[in-house]
Amino acid sequence: MNSQMTTTNLAAEELAAVEVAGMSRSSFLVKSALTVGAVYGTAAIGPFLGKALAQEGGGDVEILNFALTLEYLEADFYTQAQKLRLKPEVAKLAKEFGDQEAEHATALADTVTQLGGTPAEKPTFTFPMKDQASFLKLAQTLEDTGVSAYNGAGPAIKSKEVLAAAGSIVQIEGRHAAAIRLVNRDNPAPNAFDETLEMQAVLDAVQPFIKA
Amino acid sequence: MSHPAPEQIRPERTGALEELTRDPSSRKRFLKLMGGGVGATSAFGLLLAACGGDDDSSGSAGGSTSSDTGTSTASSDASGDLEIVNYALTLEYLEADFYAKVIDSGLFKGAQLQLIKVIGDHEQQHVEALTATVDKLGGTPATKPKTKFPLDSAKSVIALAATVENLGAAAYLGQAGNIQSKEVLAAALSIHTVEARHASALNVLTGKSATPDGAFAKPASMEEVLPQVGPFIVS
Repeated sequence: MNSQMTTTNLAAEELAAVEVAGMSRSSFLVKSALTVGAVYGTAAIGPFLGKALAQEGGGDVEILNFALTLEYLEADFYTQAQKLRLKPEVAKLAKEFGDQEAEHATALADTVTQLGGTPAEKPTFTFPMKDQASFLKLAQTLEDTGVSAYNGAGPAIKSKEVLAAAGSIVQIEGRHAAAIRLVNRDNPAPNAFDETLEMQAVLDAVQPFIKA
Repeated sequence: MSHPAPEQIRPERTGALEELTRDPSSRKRFLKLMGGGVGATSAFGLLLAACGGDDDSSGSAGGSTSSDTGTSTASSDASGDLEIVNYALTLEYLEADFYAKVIDSGLFKGAQLQLIKVIGDHEQQHVEALTATVDKLGGTPATKPKTKFPLDSAKSVIALAATVENLGAAAYLGQAGNIQSKEVLAAALSIHTVEARHASALNVLTGKSATPDGAFAKPASMEEVLPQVGPFIVS
């Protein structure tokens, strides 16, 4: 994890230097790859470049399927929550937000198909919640994580259209997170800048909820 | 009715665009405010032109290949980001100033005042981050505008705050696809969702839906946003 973080910061710095110098990102990648003696052999060019090329190379479908899996998880989470004994206003919120997550899942699956990919399959989920309080606590964590996941993946998206769709969805995740936080009497916006999470960190975080 | 009621400046108001075409003065005023970046943008463009020759090794559409097309592409990309960041900076100046005046008004206390202080502090941090970004891009940060807001009652102020935040979130969303630099995009995204959180919380406090657009948030273009903030800019 630490080495990943370092790599990310390094990547951001190198990228900033590149753009100030007016070079395109692809030329930067080629030049950097040349300096270590391999243009396309990602295995040979070290973890940073391997990662950068992976993000550069046709990754929109992968990002969309990543987002799709998260939306499946959130939609299923709210569906399961509606079986709990919830106060009417909380039940209303679970239904409304759950329906919106389901709409996100449908839109993302359609986009993957449009791009010629195969939509990720819907996993089976299990959530540690037994009452309204545990539902609301986990909802806050999941929505905050969703925001960080989209924001972390956003800059790697190549297609403007896909980025616009992801932006339109992440704003809703942010709105959900804030609304749930208000119900929990927590600060709706805990930071001036929402944190970002890398894909792998998000997948690790949600792994306990995936049964199969 | 000496000032616009909150309903009149809601993002979905259709009259806003008509007003823009009828009375371009607020747009001109706004663009003039952002004009500080223009000279610097040109200078930045010249800098890029000077560096353009380095880029011969990349060779495909979308990249910058020949020195002619390559340079103009790179230069418009960079000036585009500068314009967007200065646009965002001006919106954040407006928001930060709004909350400072709201806090001074004494209309709020307790939990609501606390939330307003938190939000105002965020907007101020956004101002500082965006100013630093403009500097880093080699531009001149937009000038802080002089503002005026109708601060009549707690109820109308909270409604106005909700309107401003929903508009701000839509404004960031409207620019996401136009930003060229991944670093600038990352910064904009991380501010965008904070504006969304503010909007959601204020919507809930005013008895509105946290997600008034439904499952997919609607973006707003500069042309849609500018006439709506124009009335709050004195100079």
